[in-house]
Amino acid sequence: MNIAIIKYNAGNIRSVLYALERIGHTAIVTDDAAKIRNADKVIFPGVGEASTAMNYLKEINLDQLICSLEQPVLGICLGMQLMCQYSEENDTSCLGIFDEKVRRFSPPLRVIASGAKQGRGLGGETKVPQIGWNNIYDLETGLFNNIPNNSYCYFVHGYYAAKGEHTIATTDYVQPYSSALHKDNFYGVQFHPEKSAGTGEQILKNFIGL
Amino acid sequence: MDIKDGRTVKGTNFINLRDAGDPVELGALYAREGADELVFLDITATVEKRKTLSELVNKIAHHVNIPFTVGGGISSVDDVSVLLQNGADKISVNTSAFKRPQLINDLSKEFGSQCVVLAIDTKKEEDEEWYVYLNGGRTKTEKKCFEWATEAVDRGAGEILLTSMNHDGTKNGFAIEITKLLSEQLPVPVIASGGAGSLDHFVEVFEEASADAALAASIFHFKEIAIPDLKKYLFSRQIPVRM
Repeated sequence: MNIAIIKYNAGNIRSVLYALERIGHTAIVTDDAAKIRNADKVIFPGVGEASTAMNYLKEINLDQLICSLEQPVLGICLGMQLMCQYSEENDTSCLGIFDEKVRRFSPPLRVIASGAKQGRGLGGETKVPQIGWNNIYDLETGLFNNIPNNSYCYFVHGYYAAKGEHTIATTDYVQPYSSALHKDNFYGVQFHPEKSAGTGEQILKNFIGL
Repeated sequence: MDIKDGRTVKGTNFINLRDAGDPVELGALYAREGADELVFLDITATVEKRKTLSELVNKIAHHVNIPFTVGGGISSVDDVSVLLQNGADKISVNTSAFKRPQLINDLSKEFGSQCVVLAIDTKKEEDEEWYVYLNGGRTKTEKKCFEWATEAVDRGAGEILLTSMNHDGTKNGFAIEITKLLSEQLPVPVIASGGAGSLDHFVEVFEEASADAALAASIFHFKEIAIPDLKKYLFSRQIPVRM
């Protein structure tokens, strides 16, 4: 199994590499077009800001390459958002693989000092970005084989993709949104499987088994 | 986990350290048992420290499959950059941020508020006020805890790790009063730390103090409370936990 992790100017790439090692796979971290094209599986990770990342991908001509890949590709967090049509984060035109727009969470104004703090359930969240564990449900495709409904995954993000025709997992934060997307050979997850304990490891195993 | 010379240690009221084992092994064990997040604070005070800490962080990142925070002597953007590159998810600052608050602005601008945790060691004095302490609890300041926490959040801290020195190591329960004040008044998550001794102490800090998270060390290190039992208990008391 030949796994390539796309190297670009985003953070937290090595965490994905280590997570793969924990489940018994090695991977290369590369921005070399030939190596990415020849890999059996491609992972497009990332923590960072959308416009800076898109500009960099264009600069090193990875934007067109990613769109033209035919093997299974998994975008993680910012990677997933960049695979969408557009991100509100600094008005960024993205790769357009998923026909979705990425918007900023806009929670209702929080009443400070009102006594009990609102919980983390649906409608109660008021902190952006969302940082922490949350449930995924309505799971579809082989990416979620053996993952029970409402499993917990770890999220860190201030922008989200709305629910649409490509949604294969849903999470509630401010409102229900797409925590995973799928179209043809492209998959994207908003959460961090590399930080989501056993659930995340099973999802990575499922992706490698696709 | 408090780390000294590469080993996990935990004292009572910030002194009398006892060896509680290898941090990487312990971290991986806690992750398997269902801990939601780990915090590693390096209390080593040698020149070699910076390099050994980044190596330790790298090892932890290899073996731990949940998010983790690293702190201890971090005083610059470069320090943080190295730790994040080695796999830390968040970093925590304490004394250095108090002495140079602009550090919080710089870090949150460079890396985002989501990875900047402000750790505060605080102690209630005879005047009934909670004061900020520095240098691992050795140096008293005249700054009040709530004031400093508010300023830090305004500067970009994304989370507060609050340790009550009156409670730390006592096993008599968390500091409900100051935790409640911070967690109900600040728009960022507050992690309560210091004093956990029983399952009900955790229920108390979530229900009465509205803490967003609770941190404990010695009761886990010395196997007085097992994480799976704690989570089952919280779940049975209708406190939202990841099972």
